[in-house]
Amino acid sequence: MVIAVALSLVLIVADSRYRHLDVLRSVLSVALYPVHYLAALPLRLSRAVDARLASEAELRAQNGALQRENLELRGRLQTFDALQAENRRLRDLLGSSFKLRDRVLVAKLLEVDLDPYRQQVLIDKGSSSGIFVGQPVLDANAVMGQVVRTSPLTATVLLITDAAHSLPVQVNRNGLRAVATGSGLINRLSLLHLPKNADVRVGDLLITSGLGGVFPPGYPVARITEIGDDPSSPFATVVAEPTARLDRSQEVLLVWTRPPLRQGGGLGDSDDIAAHAAARRP
Amino acid sequence: MSEVQAHSRALVLASLVAALFLTILPMPDGTSEFRPQWVALVLIYWCLNAPRHIGVFWAFGTGIVVDVLSGSVLGQHALTLSVVGYLAVELHQRILPFPLWQQAVSVWLLLLVERLLSLWILGATGQPAPALIYWMPTFAGMLLWPGLSIVLNNLRARFEEA
Repeated sequence: MVIAVALSLVLIVADSRYRHLDVLRSVLSVALYPVHYLAALPLRLSRAVDARLASEAELRAQNGALQRENLELRGRLQTFDALQAENRRLRDLLGSSFKLRDRVLVAKLLEVDLDPYRQQVLIDKGSSSGIFVGQPVLDANAVMGQVVRTSPLTATVLLITDAAHSLPVQVNRNGLRAVATGSGLINRLSLLHLPKNADVRVGDLLITSGLGGVFPPGYPVARITEIGDDPSSPFATVVAEPTARLDRSQEVLLVWTRPPLRQGGGLGDSDDIAAHAAARRP
Repeated sequence: MSEVQAHSRALVLASLVAALFLTILPMPDGTSEFRPQWVALVLIYWCLNAPRHIGVFWAFGTGIVVDVLSGSVLGQHALTLSVVGYLAVELHQRILPFPLWQQAVSVWLLLLVERLLSLWILGATGQPAPALIYWMPTFAGMLLWPGLSIVLNNLRARFEEA
């Protein structure tokens, strides 16, 4: 009993403070892949059946909607090519290197319920597909989170709303930089340490600033929903709602914007910020 | 004799795997907060009914597996389940003689211990404190206990006959 308790405590400390146990976790998680797979199976099957039973009218409507969307996107793309070329020319003039388009990989969520008191999801691609720890994860709308653990067949993604996650953002309207920290609730991020006279408004879009080195710059993150002025606090309380559909997406995009960082250092930046945020709590 | 043991060990493993499966099975929206602590329940059953074979180390091993499966801090479930397993083994003579619905109350207390320890670990690792619904699974577990006991008792009787 005492041995087991002591061992568990050691494990808890080792796992939450250091990253030595990832190998053990990854080995075990490969062994447990069948359980994950089986647990995700019923929902996957029901979705497949659903898709087969879709009525013709529904399919027609969906097809129409997709065609309209395609037309609209193509229209926008026409100007995009010209703009991209122009952008490259201007960057050449400025002498800065042009960033190639990011490489992406589409992964599916494994529909299993993980620990309900942490904001994480499991995806069906792992280190055998080249996924690495610290890799940014997006959905069709915005940033979802980053990969925190990989095993050969699966990877765990920490969502931006987890209480241990922070990411550097800027306000799209004026470039004001801030740090968006998760709250543990799926629809809430808070911006820390913004002075009370900071130029933020409800409805402002927050985009990644690219400062931490983990997330590429310029992706949308959240929209500000609430600005509070608590007289007892030296900073404004700014609350934002993620624009990614964190609880509804079925497919996610994994982005390669940089080579995998130094060993085990992928999380360094956000860890520092998270540690900072933890120190702030009483 | 040894064959009987091997048989029941297979049953223990099978029931634990089923419990793991139920732990991560996706549930309809709004019901997942009521999901009973399946693994803890099954483990308590075996610790009460086979205290000489199943104990703290089974609990510890199962806990590690749950941690990996559900992505919680490694050691969280290992710790809580070890403590619960230890208590169940210690108390089996005081719990088992009672009828099932009275056992359910004792089991509820054990499930509460599991939740309480989890809460402490969540707090210690910097997670925000969950809402009151956090305690709901213990009630679900208490209500399920008589049914679970009957099913596992039947299975065990059948296994030991064979």
